[in-house]
Amino acid sequence: MSDRLPGFSTLAVHAGAQPDPTTGARATPIYQTTSFVFNDADHAASLFGLQAFGNIYTRIGNPTNAVLEERVAALEGGTAALAVASGHAAQVVVLQQLLQPGDEFIAARKLYGGSINQFTHAFKSFGWNVVWADPDDIASFERAVTPRTKAIFIESIANPAGSITDIEAISTVARKAGVPLIVDNTLASPYLIRPIDHGADIVVHSLTKFLGGHGNSLGGIIVDAGTFDWSTGGKYPMLSEPRPEYHGIRLQETFGNFAFAIACRVLGLRDLGPALSPFNAFMILTGIETLPLRMQRHCDNAKAVAEFLAGHPAVASVSYAGLPSDKYNQLARKYAPRGAGAVFTFSLKGGYDAGVSLVSKLQLFSHLANVGDTRSLVIHPASTTHSQLDDAAKIKSGAGPDVVRLSVGIEDKEDLIADLEQALGA
Amino acid sequence: MSDPVNKKRQVMNHDAYPDNYIRGILNSVKSIAMVGASPVNVRPSYFAFKYLAQRGYDMIPINPGHVGKELLGKPFVASLSDLGRPVDMIDIFRNSSHIMPVIEEALTLDPLPKVIWMQLGARDDAAAAKAESVGIKVVMNRCPKIEYGRLSSEISWMGVNSRTLSSKRAPVPTQGMRLSLNRMSVGGGDTAASDRAAKNKSEQS
Repeated sequence: MSDRLPGFSTLAVHAGAQPDPTTGARATPIYQTTSFVFNDADHAASLFGLQAFGNIYTRIGNPTNAVLEERVAALEGGTAALAVASGHAAQVVVLQQLLQPGDEFIAARKLYGGSINQFTHAFKSFGWNVVWADPDDIASFERAVTPRTKAIFIESIANPAGSITDIEAISTVARKAGVPLIVDNTLASPYLIRPIDHGADIVVHSLTKFLGGHGNSLGGIIVDAGTFDWSTGGKYPMLSEPRPEYHGIRLQETFGNFAFAIACRVLGLRDLGPALSPFNAFMILTGIETLPLRMQRHCDNAKAVAEFLAGHPAVASVSYAGLPSDKYNQLARKYAPRGAGAVFTFSLKGGYDAGVSLVSKLQLFSHLANVGDTRSLVIHPASTTHSQLDDAAKIKSGAGPDVVRLSVGIEDKEDLIADLEQALGA
Repeated sequence: MSDPVNKKRQVMNHDAYPDNYIRGILNSVKSIAMVGASPVNVRPSYFAFKYLAQRGYDMIPINPGHVGKELLGKPFVASLSDLGRPVDMIDIFRNSSHIMPVIEEALTLDPLPKVIWMQLGARDDAAAAKAESVGIKVVMNRCPKIEYGRLSSEISWMGVNSRTLSSKRAPVPTQGMRLSLNRMSVGGGDTAASDRAAKNKSEQS
């Protein structure tokens, strides 16, 4: 056996999957079952005690989901992963392992609006206190660190404007503070950016977006980089202390550099319950097989559309890191040399009314609240995804009233440009 | 399968083991004496002992506090010197600070063991060098259960990145069955990021 490294596209097709041991089926079967029989009482006890490899109940693990988990872990360069029902579920499960009531985490201000809501309201009710920092001002992260800080959370390519975050600079702050860096890599996908290579300790995704890629299945995933030492200082008792849920097991000591993924599974998913349907796992796995092909086309189309918009008289400005004039272009060249993603914003000289008019006239772009679909999508964040924020917060997060967000699909770029041209011009 | 260590002795990089090195060890050893084996069923040593026995290894528990008792049907032995039989591998479940005396005792055995393995978190470079100087292969800060599960892909059920690929149909594992470890490696040894983190940590301490 040679130790030659397979490339990204090979991993996207093969990692985690092999012919089914029982039937020889080559495509990953959908194990649509709640439970798995035990060989005998000792086997059952071994499985429940985490002593043996095997399946118990689909809320804790499922063979279809396991293929998806290993595949994304391989693509991200992590040690292990855990698939859950949605990107939001991934965030709850991650922070449940890290924070006790009264603890804090620092989050970049530029995030998906749903995450801003989740952090501000739902997590506050758990006693998890978010402290906001500005990803364009690294020192603001340093200033936010307190003795109660347990994690830092950023997006690699940030919603809604597609700005690029300086992951390495923020990982230096996290390391100095002795806390893990969590990176939401949804808008980049590992094809464009692998945050673990730049210092991330945990990566989360909404699989619903580019990884699944076809707008047909919700899912989320947590990838453990295996880089963080959870044992020091008793700061992370879910990982370092004997767990009464498992008769006193210490997870870090037992599972080493994938202990965080195990904690998310056996303490988070088991007890909170947001399990991913094996059917969704199958759909997302099928999508991932073509991720490298799709993602490159998304990026190439997005760049062509951004260039068209930048030259159009009705457009006031375009925020796309792939344009040489963009303030994030240097970071895009460093972190995402294959392309700056396919989600970005632009603003119209005609303001709010022009945005509403544009959305209503488009024929190919679909007006809906998702990104990362094969189809091109359009939305007006101020009245939808970011509508629960006040006006100042809308502008700070890049979702002012005149801003329109696009998620550029994999159609023919000439057709997308023609659609925008007729909607802007008429 | 090539085994670079047997071809010529070279300085092993204990920060990142090539998969072939670990694969060669797990494919060749048959008997394993586990120093610090615990009868408490939530201790990592119990997990590893039970799993390796299920995968067909001839396991011997060593723990002076439990002599006269058995671990999964195998009688406890007080020390390596009391083994009274050759073993292929010694698997040490002790903290880094307690490794050296175990190695020194292992080096008095005749014949010598072929492999000395230190568990997750355990590392003593001086003790490793001593064992390597007489031709013993050394693995540090790894778990043989995890490595066996990884290279056979049996560990994949819990979303662990086995860092191997195979287009071959594998048998359904049964009690006592040895599994094929001959899958294509995605990367050598550990993943790059966690290797880097472990290295940074050992340099700081």
